[in-house]
Amino acid sequence: MIDLDFLLDTLGKLLAAVPTTLGLFFLSLLCGGMLSLLVVAMRVSPYPALSWFARGYVLVFRGSPLMIQLFLIYYGLGQFEFVRESPLWWVLRSPYACAVLTLALCTAGYTAEILRGGLLAVPHGQIEAGLAVGMSRWTLVRRVIAPIALRQCLPAYSTEAVLLVKSTALASLVTVWDVTGVAQQIIQRTYRTMEVFICAAAIYLVLNFLLVRAVALLEHRLSPHLRARPSHVPTQTKTV
Amino acid sequence: MDLFEMLGFGEQGWGSAVLLATLLTVALTLCGLLVGSVFGALVAAAKLSPRRSLRVIGECYSTLFRGVPELLVIYLFYFGGSTLITAIGQWFGADGFIATPPFLVGALAVGMISGSYQAEVYRGAYLAVSRGELEAARSIGMPTLMLARRILMPQILRLSLPGLGNVWQMSLKDSALISVTGLAELMRTTQIAAGSTRQYFVFYVVGGLLYLVLTALSNQAFGRAEARMGRSQRRNFVNP
Repeated sequence: MIDLDFLLDTLGKLLAAVPTTLGLFFLSLLCGGMLSLLVVAMRVSPYPALSWFARGYVLVFRGSPLMIQLFLIYYGLGQFEFVRESPLWWVLRSPYACAVLTLALCTAGYTAEILRGGLLAVPHGQIEAGLAVGMSRWTLVRRVIAPIALRQCLPAYSTEAVLLVKSTALASLVTVWDVTGVAQQIIQRTYRTMEVFICAAAIYLVLNFLLVRAVALLEHRLSPHLRARPSHVPTQTKTV
Repeated sequence: MDLFEMLGFGEQGWGSAVLLATLLTVALTLCGLLVGSVFGALVAAAKLSPRRSLRVIGECYSTLFRGVPELLVIYLFYFGGSTLITAIGQWFGADGFIATPPFLVGALAVGMISGSYQAEVYRGAYLAVSRGELEAARSIGMPTLMLARRILMPQILRLSLPGLGNVWQMSLKDSALISVTGLAELMRTTQIAAGSTRQYFVFYVVGGLLYLVLTALSNQAFGRAEARMGRSQRRNFVNP
């Protein structure tokens, strides 16, 4: 009943598309991460103009579907003459680059909120102590705020990373040949929907599992001070 | 054709089509959430059960629907379902391609995905109900059904409202993916309008704004519901 040859062949073709998916994921994670640092800095700044701009940014990118954002940037911007003439066109013309750009913008919105939650969880006493010993603001950020805030937001960030992996599937709607795109292509040729989609789903499940384990390992390595100390029990009593 | 004519309600205007599509999106998300509440309640019960086999089934459901991209789930349900029905039709002698109804399948897909998130919400709400109340009810011999009706349900409903608000927002954005089935909800109507008038930017911005309006209105509605249901609880940090 189960056509093993077809399954193995499909799996091979889908695995060949995994680098595209991983490329989309890592590029948008990096760009989105850097952008989110900027957004969260604006969000917690005392200047109302910056703070409200950041609020608006997060509202727009968390309130609208990723699909509309993607279509807006890929089809919408390409409609204008001045965009096509501009030097940015070599970026905006390629579907892969548009997908990375949109994913980065979207994940920056979610990550900025997660980072803000992490920042609010830093105990104020530690910041006061740092200022009291005369730490400069940059030293304070580098040695007190950033380590605590980043460690606090790791659990929420792992959820966001999993959502990012799932969002890369939408790039197939703008003709990027990632795992979902290749799966669609195979189905259009062979009409064997169930097997192909189950293979693709299994690949995404494995990717997400690895991602969750990687973040859990990072969390574990960064919090030795929160676990019980290993007790050094002597194996035999010594008589002095 | 200028902007107002294009978005208006005249003969050449897309206004009425877009507004009807918005209503369809809301209806789709609502049906999906209702389906999801059934699945979510069952999975939450399974995860809270003392029997290990049920807990494993609940975990598998959660992992599956939170790990596989929503687009793949919708493809699987719609195109996989259509292939299945076509095959069944061919056994009975029918010819050609039979498609599953897109609203039904879309609501089912959105429902099963939201069900996995709703299960977490209901599970958290159940664990937050005070054990003392349940013990007291048991000790006076309250039958289980009455216990569920008079103690558990009202409190679970109140405690799960914030989580359900998040799930509703998420499902609203997932419903945009149902446009791949061809159902004329907001995303698909925006796409058709944009393609027909070649004004991609305008229509995708309008679509995005409509989703933002839906999000804002939902936030308001859920905020009011939470305030009303929680009116017997003491509120912290509220100045008289």
